[in-house]
Amino acid sequence: MQLEALNVGFGYRKNNWTFRHIDLSLRKGEIVGLVGPSGAGKTTLGRILAGYEQPLEGTVKLNDAPLPKTGYHPVQLVFQHPEKAVNPKWRMKDILHEGWNPDDELLERLGIDRDWLQRWPNELSGGELQRFCVARALGPMTQFLIADEMTTMLDAITQAQIWQAVLDMAKKQNMGILVISHEAPLLDRLCSRIIDISSNVMREG
Amino acid sequence: MKLNKRQSAILMSAITTVLLVTILVGGLLVSNDRIVTNLEYRNLPPSLAHPFGTDWLGRDMLFRTLKGLSISIGVGLIAATASVIIAVCLGIMAATMGRIADAVISWLVDLFLSVPHLVMLILIAFVVGGGMKGVIIGLALTHWPSLTRVIRAEVMQIKAADFVQTSRRLGKSRWFIAIKHIFPHLVPQFLVGLFLLFPHAILHEAAVTFLGMGLSPHQPAIGIILSESMRYLSTGMWWLAFFPGLLLLLVVRAFDLIGDRLRSLVDPYRANE
Repeated sequence: MQLEALNVGFGYRKNNWTFRHIDLSLRKGEIVGLVGPSGAGKTTLGRILAGYEQPLEGTVKLNDAPLPKTGYHPVQLVFQHPEKAVNPKWRMKDILHEGWNPDDELLERLGIDRDWLQRWPNELSGGELQRFCVARALGPMTQFLIADEMTTMLDAITQAQIWQAVLDMAKKQNMGILVISHEAPLLDRLCSRIIDISSNVMREG
Repeated sequence: MKLNKRQSAILMSAITTVLLVTILVGGLLVSNDRIVTNLEYRNLPPSLAHPFGTDWLGRDMLFRTLKGLSISIGVGLIAATASVIIAVCLGIMAATMGRIADAVISWLVDLFLSVPHLVMLILIAFVVGGGMKGVIIGLALTHWPSLTRVIRAEVMQIKAADFVQTSRRLGKSRWFIAIKHIFPHLVPQFLVGLFLLFPHAILHEAAVTFLGMGLSPHQPAIGIILSESMRYLSTGMWWLAFFPGLLLLLVVRAFDLIGDRLRSLVDPYRANE
């Protein structure tokens, strides 16, 4: 059971690669960090793994099969900016229940107030919205989670609270997590190994 | 009683809607006997018996104006609604049905925008045989392009939004996304489009009628009343143009107001004002 990127390359124009020849593998239940300088393509790689973008070359495989094109995607991505990841015209309860119905215990552990469910997205802060995005992505069919700067906008205590909830959930469902972050202490704490995207890259002019 | 902004918006829209419906229905109910020529009462200034005065044939201007406005509101509403429907369909098609559909529709939009409305309107009205039918079809077919552009851009932008992409990854169908994610974002565009097109439609109807290509002169459309009264203004009969013009202004402003209030009702950013 693993998520694999084989020789993946991506760029927005021909012969202008953002990155090339990336190999990466993530087993179920494993927590791996992904680091690299700004603009190295960490987010783009995350989007490719979660099926948001198609790589220009190479393939992404889940359990030795290509990623599914329709239906619930087994690799879920939590974005850096939750404001853009929720429909501003939906109430929070609809947003939360779009993929599955999280139980009260998970909501409590993520620090989601029951009153918030009746609100509109613009009535919550970025940190509060992000908790909904995390809860939404942790459905029972999620096998891998890509956390792209998931808790960057939060204070240290809330950050710890949310990661604790996510880790417990991951353990329960035997979920693999790819943590994209600039915060070395966080990665050291969470991850069993850390991949540096820039050491993997062959830049071409 | 203290109302919050939401409640007062609902109240205001209700009052204005009632006003518009009253004018519309009132105009339809006024029988033609009330506006027959009556040469005994020619050129009377406003009085209690004739609040809007009478014209050079002794016709009561209040009833003529009401009848004219109801015709104009009817024509404007039908034409603006048809235009909005055309714009929504074409805009969504351009944004979702691939490059060729997009190119064809964008080209059509450019084509229609490059010809002056009035010229196009006269040509279309003439081709389909003139009269009320000609004006409505002409108005409907000329007022969609700019709204089509707005809706096309809006749909494209929402389609690329993160929350729509995420919805796909959560296993939602295209149909679900179209109805639940994209459609609610278009509702304000429909409303604003409708209420912005309406005064345009009325004024163009008046213009075409003025040029003799629109409604026939015995129908007291507001355009006909205004153009007729132009000839009598210099003789001091100000009431012929003043009251019909004022009422037209009120009606247009009422539509504007309803559009604005409805927009604030459907916008979550102003949900708790």
